[in-house]
Amino acid sequence: MVRLNNLCKTYGTTKAIEDISFEVNENEIFGLIGPDGAGKTTIMQIVATLLVPDSGIAEVCGMEVNANFKALRKHIGYMPGKFSLYPDLSIEENIEFFAALFGTTVQENYHLVSDIYSQIEPFKDRPAGKLSGGMKQKLALSCALIHKPKLLILDEPTTGVDAVSRKEFWGMLKNLQKKGISILVSTPYMDEAALCDRVALMQSGKILQIDTPQAVVNSFNEVLYAVTSDKVYKMKEYLKHSNYCKNVHLFGQEVHVTLNTGVIDNVVTELKNTGFSNVEIKPINPTVEDCFMKLMVQ
Amino acid sequence: MKTYLSLVKKEFHHILRDKRTMLILFGIPVALMLLFGFVITNEIKTIGIAVLDQSNDYTTNQIVDRLESSCYFVVKQRISNYGQLESVFKSGAAKLAIVFEQQFDYNLQRNRKANVQIIADASDANFANLSVSYATAVIRGYINDKNVQKSGMLQIVPEVRMAYNPELKGVYFFVPGIMALILMLISALMTSVSIVREKEYGSMDVLLVSPVRPVEILLGKVTPYILLSFINAFVIVVLGWSVFGLPVAGSLFLLFFECFLFISLALSLGILISTIADSQMVAMFVSAVGLMLPTILLSGFIFPIENMPLILQWFCNIMPPKYFIIILKHIMLMGNGLKEVWKETLILLSMNLFFILLAIKKFKIRR
Repeated sequence: MVRLNNLCKTYGTTKAIEDISFEVNENEIFGLIGPDGAGKTTIMQIVATLLVPDSGIAEVCGMEVNANFKALRKHIGYMPGKFSLYPDLSIEENIEFFAALFGTTVQENYHLVSDIYSQIEPFKDRPAGKLSGGMKQKLALSCALIHKPKLLILDEPTTGVDAVSRKEFWGMLKNLQKKGISILVSTPYMDEAALCDRVALMQSGKILQIDTPQAVVNSFNEVLYAVTSDKVYKMKEYLKHSNYCKNVHLFGQEVHVTLNTGVIDNVVTELKNTGFSNVEIKPINPTVEDCFMKLMVQ
Repeated sequence: MKTYLSLVKKEFHHILRDKRTMLILFGIPVALMLLFGFVITNEIKTIGIAVLDQSNDYTTNQIVDRLESSCYFVVKQRISNYGQLESVFKSGAAKLAIVFEQQFDYNLQRNRKANVQIIADASDANFANLSVSYATAVIRGYINDKNVQKSGMLQIVPEVRMAYNPELKGVYFFVPGIMALILMLISALMTSVSIVREKEYGSMDVLLVSPVRPVEILLGKVTPYILLSFINAFVIVVLGWSVFGLPVAGSLFLLFFECFLFISLALSLGILISTIADSQMVAMFVSAVGLMLPTILLSGFIFPIENMPLILQWFCNIMPPKYFIIILKHIMLMGNGLKEVWKETLILLSMNLFFILLAIKKFKIRR
């Protein structure tokens, strides 16, 4: 569906993306995972025909993006990072406008968006600017879908949306996938990575790893421990400067560490001696975020 | 076509739902028109004068009467010596002082020459100039009348007629200028701001990734403004006629055709501005400084181009409003037709083509 080959894009002297290559298969949810400034948006805009790369080749639906952007625009649904509908138009006016923009009508493709749109339809006369974050997102998704695109490009669709709406949103994406739509989605939330079919972990314009979320987790070929105590932050600093920990990261109320071999028993005693109480250490299964942190350090 | 119509409909929604936009669109033209017509005026009405009459005889009294009955002057104060003059000017009661020498009448009869001094408060130079010439004219008129009564002396009386604007009404030459200003404001400023707003909101990205052609996006964007500009041009003409009694001497059809030329020129300038501006603030600033100021200062609207330094005159020559104002004056005041303004029309037309092409070329189909 999407094939990127050695894409590079530079803004002034900053390299936004460097040597990006990956493929998105037909009917796949592909996630670009990474922090702000990793280059996710740049890649999305190139795929969405909005940006021209400095070098490299991007293909969508088997067509080179640059040369065929006009033909491609019919088949792409793009939802930019920030809410980009018209706040002064009502829900209904927005979706009708976007349908007309693509030469179709709401009635014609209603079946595609019905699951999503029916949730906001009771408020169809309300101006889009007065909607809650979750409703805005549903409207934006409906508008991006109304012309029955083959590829849906979603730039950080869940940023600024509450946890319940986020979960709901991913449910909607899974449903769309069943209807045969390929999805390229970006997110800074690592926990959402597990919901994609495949992910590309990105940092500073480069791809660190591309694989299924499970394979990414499996590639974490060390034992990961979660350490807790009464003073978590202090303990993290302490562990960081100790000589027997390799990776040390703070995860909420836990510190995730990988250890040199054979030191596990010493750690607890040493922490207790240093003045930390309620110290517990247990092996855990790594998440995508752990993998990302580990890759980042390397 | 359907896409285009929905773009136009959407744009109308934006305009009609935003109170500020509506105010700019319909409040400003009327306000400007009334302001320029009533308040900011070059005409002279009831100027306060001070009279220092050291002779106080029949003739001087008659002259003062004449001045007062001309409607231009009101005697605010009679003073008895030069020393008081300063305080009268400073208090602002009088802008002009008329000083008659001693034995004015006697000198006039005897020596056929008497002196009257006119002292003006020239802190406002234009005003001083105008009021002095008005006063001189009134006094000269009085003497002339007197000469005629007395004998059949030979005399040459220049009879001045102010053609096309016999009463020297300010509105007559403000209306074309205001028309240019308002059409520029609505077409260029509003369009550029509304395009840049979409860039700011990010909705332009969504428009761009749709299969709609850029020309359609632009046409959909400007169509409502063309319509609204026309309504405004119409309102101005009607206001000028009904409130200020300014007729349109020439063809209305030609007038609106020229308006259309100027509107589309301003619109393409607005689109050009939107391609370089990234925020609404910048768009507004560039439109104001780059378009509005030249329309006011360098178009002959307020300051005559002929009196400018040569370099500024060249600069004026590339200002579209200059030609538009010339055309308007020809059509509205002189009743001329295309025969007299074809040169200016041609200039506007070619500027139009140039800027439309440039705007379309510059309008980014991508980010």
